[in-house]
Amino acid sequence: MATKHLMRLDLIFKNERDTADILKKVMTKSNNDIINELISSGLKGRGGAGFPTGLKWKLTADEVSDEKYIICNADEGEPGTFKDREILVRVPDKVWTGMAACAKIIGAKEGFIYLRGEYDFLKKELLKSIDEFHLLLDELNFPFRINIFSGSGAYICGEESALFESMQGDRGEPRNKPPFPTQKGYRNKPTVINNVETLAHTYSIFKYGVDIFRDLGVQDSRGSKVFSVSGDTPIPGIYELEFGMTLQRFVEDFGDGDAKAVQVGGASGFCVPRKKFEKTIIGYQGKLTGTSLPTGGSMMIFNSSRSMYNVLHNYLEFFVEESCGQCTPCRVGTQQLLLGIEKVKRGELPSGYLDKLLDLAETMRITAKCGLGQSVANSFSSIVENFKEEMIY
Amino acid sequence: MTTKVNCKIDNISVSVEQGTTILEAAKKINIKVPTLCYHEDLCVAGNCRVCIVEQVGTDRLLPSCATPVAEGMEIITNSLRVRNARKRIIELLISEHNADCTKCFKNTKCELQSLASEYIFNDEGFINLVPYKNYKEVHLSPSISKDDSKCIRCQRCVRTCSELQDISALTVAYKGANMKISTFFEKPMYEVVCTNCGQCVNRCPTGALVERSYIDQVWDAIYDSKKHVVVQTAPAVRIALGESFGLPPGAIVTGQMVAALKRLGFDSVLDTDFSADLTIMEEGAELLNRLRMSLKENDTTVRFPMATSCSPGWVKFMEHAYPEYLDNLSSAKSPQQMFGALAKTYYARKRNIDPKNIVSVSVMPCTAKKYEANRPEMHASGYKDVDYVVTTRELAMMIKQAGIDFLALPEDDYDSLMGESSGAGVIFGATGGVMEAALRTVYELVTGREVPFEHLNILPVRGMESVKEASIVINNPLPEWDFLDGVELKTCVAHGLSNAKMIMEKVKRGEVNYHFIEVMACPGGCIGGGGQPIPTNYVIRKKRTDAIYSEDEGKPIRKSHENPEIKMVYDDFLKEPLGHKSHKLLHTHYTPRNRY
Amino acid sequence: MSDVKQIVHNLTNQYGKSVESLLPILQNIMEINHVITEEAMIEVARELDISAAEVFGTATFYSFLNTSKPYGKYIIRVCKTITCMMHGKNQIIEEIELMLKIKPGETTHDRLFTLLETNCLGQCHQGPAMLINDTPYTQLTPSKVRDIINSYLVLEVSNY
Repeated sequence: MATKHLMRLDLIFKNERDTADILKKVMTKSNNDIINELISSGLKGRGGAGFPTGLKWKLTADEVSDEKYIICNADEGEPGTFKDREILVRVPDKVWTGMAACAKIIGAKEGFIYLRGEYDFLKKELLKSIDEFHLLLDELNFPFRINIFSGSGAYICGEESALFESMQGDRGEPRNKPPFPTQKGYRNKPTVINNVETLAHTYSIFKYGVDIFRDLGVQDSRGSKVFSVSGDTPIPGIYELEFGMTLQRFVEDFGDGDAKAVQVGGASGFCVPRKKFEKTIIGYQGKLTGTSLPTGGSMMIFNSSRSMYNVLHNYLEFFVEESCGQCTPCRVGTQQLLLGIEKVKRGELPSGYLDKLLDLAETMRITAKCGLGQSVANSFSSIVENFKEEMIY
Repeated sequence: MTTKVNCKIDNISVSVEQGTTILEAAKKINIKVPTLCYHEDLCVAGNCRVCIVEQVGTDRLLPSCATPVAEGMEIITNSLRVRNARKRIIELLISEHNADCTKCFKNTKCELQSLASEYIFNDEGFINLVPYKNYKEVHLSPSISKDDSKCIRCQRCVRTCSELQDISALTVAYKGANMKISTFFEKPMYEVVCTNCGQCVNRCPTGALVERSYIDQVWDAIYDSKKHVVVQTAPAVRIALGESFGLPPGAIVTGQMVAALKRLGFDSVLDTDFSADLTIMEEGAELLNRLRMSLKENDTTVRFPMATSCSPGWVKFMEHAYPEYLDNLSSAKSPQQMFGALAKTYYARKRNIDPKNIVSVSVMPCTAKKYEANRPEMHASGYKDVDYVVTTRELAMMIKQAGIDFLALPEDDYDSLMGESSGAGVIFGATGGVMEAALRTVYELVTGREVPFEHLNILPVRGMESVKEASIVINNPLPEWDFLDGVELKTCVAHGLSNAKMIMEKVKRGEVNYHFIEVMACPGGCIGGGGQPIPTNYVIRKKRTDAIYSEDEGKPIRKSHENPEIKMVYDDFLKEPLGHKSHKLLHTHYTPRNRY
Repeated sequence: MSDVKQIVHNLTNQYGKSVESLLPILQNIMEINHVITEEAMIEVARELDISAAEVFGTATFYSFLNTSKPYGKYIIRVCKTITCMMHGKNQIIEEIELMLKIKPGETTHDRLFTLLETNCLGQCHQGPAMLINDTPYTQLTPSKVRDIINSYLVLEVSNY
């Protein structure tokens, strides 16, 4: 994989005030043209899972149903991620435009933003922006409405099927898949559910065309990505960067000169130690192979003053609380991992117990019902394997 | 038209209908995949993860209960990866479970225990989480005991309570490590809308939900020489008890059961079927009385449809959910309570025993009967009419405790006085049975002729359909009933409380005009009761039902009003249905209850 | 009709009687009463025609919905997730404890403040962070948090 140099971009946050024009342009295009544009742009879901957006829209469009929905997932709960909030504050129109385009293609009359409870303070401004957008839709005679649904403090509701359950008045417990949301989503109707940033990117593609987007990034990771940078950095914040950078380049730009590890992708992501910075590339391709890491955009930098035991302990406490609790590996597994590292640290269990915990994490990865339980192993294994001494002494 | 899909499971090719799960496909070719949260009667949850299997070429394992077969799939149910992962998952469940197996009611009957026995677990398991859990005390109701420390959160009970019964007294509460199965605000079971039907008990894989046991109290009574202990056995016990001794579902063991009860030391072994016949006399008379008041005397306060009241789960459901319809319930007590009231009055007098020395025990396919016996109004005899209720399962335990070789027992007969019954009393055990029994008697009382069905078998009210409707037109009645001439008697039969709710909503909306409805709280009626041998599923319930009807066919007397002991109890004691004494002993009232 | 009944009745009129309204209704009760009581849940269950236990099950799933003792007028939620912890969330908690004489999970006697710890608020680049009701406060220091809480106290005094 060719390595791209880190580059700060300004596609997403450029406030262009031409929503009406772009919307009109989109509405006059054929559905096929839009889907083809999205597919050839290489845009993939920016929530972290990386499903090709154009394909998702196409699959939902192909479903036969009298009711379909487009839902914008703004339940940004992954520790270390705050980019969606920034997008909703600065360029909400782009998100609405993406939703309207999707509605046109799949045939939805109604769309929702699932806004996490922690972001309730954004609601007033968002509603105002939506009202203005509705006027644009009316001018174009396009029958589509966007509503806001507020979350109430549950990380798991960022999982798409848990989000639907939550909207339907239930506990936010992930469903079995299949069926997938494109077949049976909200109200068991075909549903497109996209991350805030993904929808905003569609705007850039509609406006600047496929090539501008495609030329950014590498191989299977096209376009730019908004990163949430936090931790031991002199310049924490939101940055739009190109895919394909090495972690080394990233740390050189953002670290405080003493970075010993970077957590890529939040608590459910991977911890990369200093010795692997050079070999690690940020992008979708080679998912889980160890040389390239997908991410929802969270980059947490830890310098050498930090105890990686404390970091892992904090993550595990988070998972123990935020697991929905329905499936065995996740509900019980997270508790065992947390208690286990505590007991090893206190010397109540031998250090060899960590191997049993690594094995448990692997079991969770291959047997848990949803992404939460499956991805606990990411941070657990990468921290325990790379910082074993810190776990014991 | 159904599409077929082909796959290979453990290298064996199998072709199944589209939508079939891997688990079902494996079962078809006799490959057993272990399960815990899966239950044939319920929707798929896919949360225990015990049934995981490997798809060749796929990184993650698949829950076989929740994954439909796809064309060309290659599945391995027992690869090393699967075995190791499954072992870990069982270990996790055990770490959260109060594995005090030798002190558990479900010892040797626990699905988690038997799953664990297939793997070797040693002391190197995970950390025992039970001490960290702050499990509350065991929640008791007169019927059901709920012990959270033994719960594995499979949610079978929650799905049972919502899908089969539409009650949702149990729910999943909190999340993460604190997630638990809970009642409303974690109140005790006896305070909430729970109808005590025990369907959750039937489906709980562990000892988390079990019946409240009265075995010890019954033994104490039996061994107390001053006490005269009478026992009654419900219709559905005799066709299910055998399952606890390895017989196939539907085996009829009436004679062995009676013999076993005598060996256990009961002083008199009598039959609830007798009082089922009595129920028909009283309930039938009540129905005719309501019809007379409504049609002849134009009394507009008479409530229709009249509803049966023998299922205590259904009665409690009405008290919680439809308090404004309590007058629709027949005031006739259930057979168990009629029996209890007579045991300490009629029976005591006839046998010349001081009722205070009588201990009245009933063996029921039901957990709700335990609650019913404990209702404060059930003291018509001046004493607690039914002292202890044990389930079919508890009776099986008592027989085993006594060292009785059940299968080798010679058949014996019920004792007399309250031991004789008609086939109509027997079919009380199946959905539609009370209706059929009532129609056999009511029609004949009114017309002087037998019901116009071949061999008295009223087939339209039989079977496992969730709701059955039937009507009979009354022609040429006896002069006393001339106001019923040409009247079409409309009836409806439902089993399972979700179906009951559906019917009641229709009644509420005025969409139906039934005269008489029969509701049994449990799927299939009492044969599927919450006190019956575990497991339960559609096939088992069907076989038990068939057995009930064959027991009926074999009876020389098939109609309640022809039971000689029934005639005798009216001649010698009660005088007439709905009479003064009947009213005092055999009828009851109901209590509106809260909504949670 | 009791207050709670009236509130629930108004909310079901506003949001409709389908189960989908459950979360918005509970959120509103929470906003008005700072707790969702047994009585409120029974009323909601009655209005939506669902089981009260199901309402309890949903309510206890979401950490912003309080089903125990009533919270105070101002609910302080301090983020306890990793970067806020790294940047001194403990000192912030200590400062609030000192000022209000309550520990996390507790409410002041005058029922003005409840102190809670919460998972990631999405303010990781400007931690430590907290919410007071819906309003976020970021880049907290002990002296800054003192000023913020004082401003609420001043507001209360002036409202009094």
